[in-house]
Amino acid sequence: MALLEVRDLDMVFGGVHAVQNLSFSVRPGTIHSVIGPNGAGKTTLFNMITGLYKPTRGAIYLGGDAVTAKPPHELARKGMSRTFQNLQICFNMSALDNVMVGSHLRLNQRLMPAMLRLPKLKKADSACREQAAELMKFVGVGQYVKADASQMPYGALKRLEIARALAAKPKLLLLDEPAAGLNNTETKEIDELIQKVAHSGVTVVLVEHDMKLVMGISDHILVLDYGKKLAEGTAEEIRRNPDVIVAYLGGA
Amino acid sequence: MLVTAAVILALPLFLPNPFYYDVVIRIGMNAIMVVGLNLLIGYAGQISLGHAGFLALGAYASGILTGRYGWPPIAAMAAGMAGVGILAYVLARPILKLKGHYLAMATLGMGIIIFIVLTQESQWTGGPDGMSVPAFSLLGRELSGEKNWYWVTGALLMLALWLALNVIDSPVGRALRALHGSEVAAQVAGVDTSHFKVLVFVLSAVIASATGSLMAHYIGFITPTVSSFFHSIELVTMVVVGGMASIFGSVVGAAILTMLPQLLSGFEGFELVAFGAILMLTMIFMPRGLVPTLAAKLRRA
Repeated sequence: MALLEVRDLDMVFGGVHAVQNLSFSVRPGTIHSVIGPNGAGKTTLFNMITGLYKPTRGAIYLGGDAVTAKPPHELARKGMSRTFQNLQICFNMSALDNVMVGSHLRLNQRLMPAMLRLPKLKKADSACREQAAELMKFVGVGQYVKADASQMPYGALKRLEIARALAAKPKLLLLDEPAAGLNNTETKEIDELIQKVAHSGVTVVLVEHDMKLVMGISDHILVLDYGKKLAEGTAEEIRRNPDVIVAYLGGA
Repeated sequence: MLVTAAVILALPLFLPNPFYYDVVIRIGMNAIMVVGLNLLIGYAGQISLGHAGFLALGAYASGILTGRYGWPPIAAMAAGMAGVGILAYVLARPILKLKGHYLAMATLGMGIIIFIVLTQESQWTGGPDGMSVPAFSLLGRELSGEKNWYWVTGALLMLALWLALNVIDSPVGRALRALHGSEVAAQVAGVDTSHFKVLVFVLSAVIASATGSLMAHYIGFITPTVSSFFHSIELVTMVVVGGMASIFGSVVGAAILTMLPQLLSGFEGFELVAFGAILMLTMIFMPRGLVPTLAAKLRRA
């Protein structure tokens, strides 16, 4: 069964038809990429899947449950997690606290135990802090464990977002342009990190412009153009697809 | 925390007369209120220009229930806190959907409505002339004298600080700071942001109400000006000057702005100007507030 299924999705902003009649599904344990030119509707699609936008029409299923237009925090509870193209880091917090926000749902979130510093909560919280530090090492920003988020460089912040997303122990991780703004070395490192994450059993959906990255790691690729599905298949099939070649290189 | 405890314990050695005790007690009470307000404004990033209204409702709940109905003060105080908590909860749901300037306007309106109600309903509140409030008593023993009030206020301030520090250093506190830092990031991480906004709004309102009850009993007389817009602004100023998202900043902010009128009494009539000037200068030279700025300086040195 598909972990994520999108059926006949439509999103209209005023006169702009950002996503049109889009259907696809993501099998568990795969890396699924969504590519397309700027303005193709990739981020809009992500925002609908993660509950930030309410689709005009269509339905989204997560693990078989209808989750269309559910608020983001409920989707998080169901095992969905994401990062952002334009960073969404809490610069008023330490790097470690940022990651720990990701484990919010795994801790007691009630006011009274927090106010009274109950030992049980304190213990769970410090265990969580250690896990967060481990995660920072896992994504390769271990040297910033004691830093404030505002002291970290851009590339490290992109990884910090991935660590925060992983702290939720998600089933499905959506990465919105994880390599954007990174140099070649950094892109290669992100490439390795994504594969490491996928190997740990997390299903990854990826929006990305870097073709080399996408072609190298994706089990399945979906190509969008003007909000419509242009093609779908393995990297090899996409590479040979004439429509894709026209969309990317221009028709003669 | 230890430093604050030491200051509270040591201060009586240096207070020459009841007038100084009175100033320090007022600082302590304001600090309790401002600690709560800082959770809302400094940590969760939600502005309120109407919290003096909640303070006044607590004060009037105590005044009316003890003065007219003969309730025990502690019961009146608890009833005030419960009532204000419910009111804040009902108001917070729609109000906290707003952001920035719009939230400021809505909370401002809320404070003004409370002010008007307290002024107009004179059969209950005594109208603009105010009303007197009986002394605080517990189990038949009356709390009186500056020294006794000093110790009670000091103990309550320590309690407020302890509770607030615990909240901040917990999953709840992280959720509050995260929704300030990036609301969308908090949401996708699983934080029910509207729940936590309402929670911190209600918490700060209940603390305000408790402080209002204490002040009413201590001073023994209340007027609707407690809920005035100026008073709300004064409380926000304490948060900002002391330092947003700094619990000890709240104490410092409360101390400075409570002492200021005494220090500025020479400038009769220009108090307001001085308040404004201090807020502006703080925002320009220390946008993060006194305590965080100085703490950062110390760390660097």
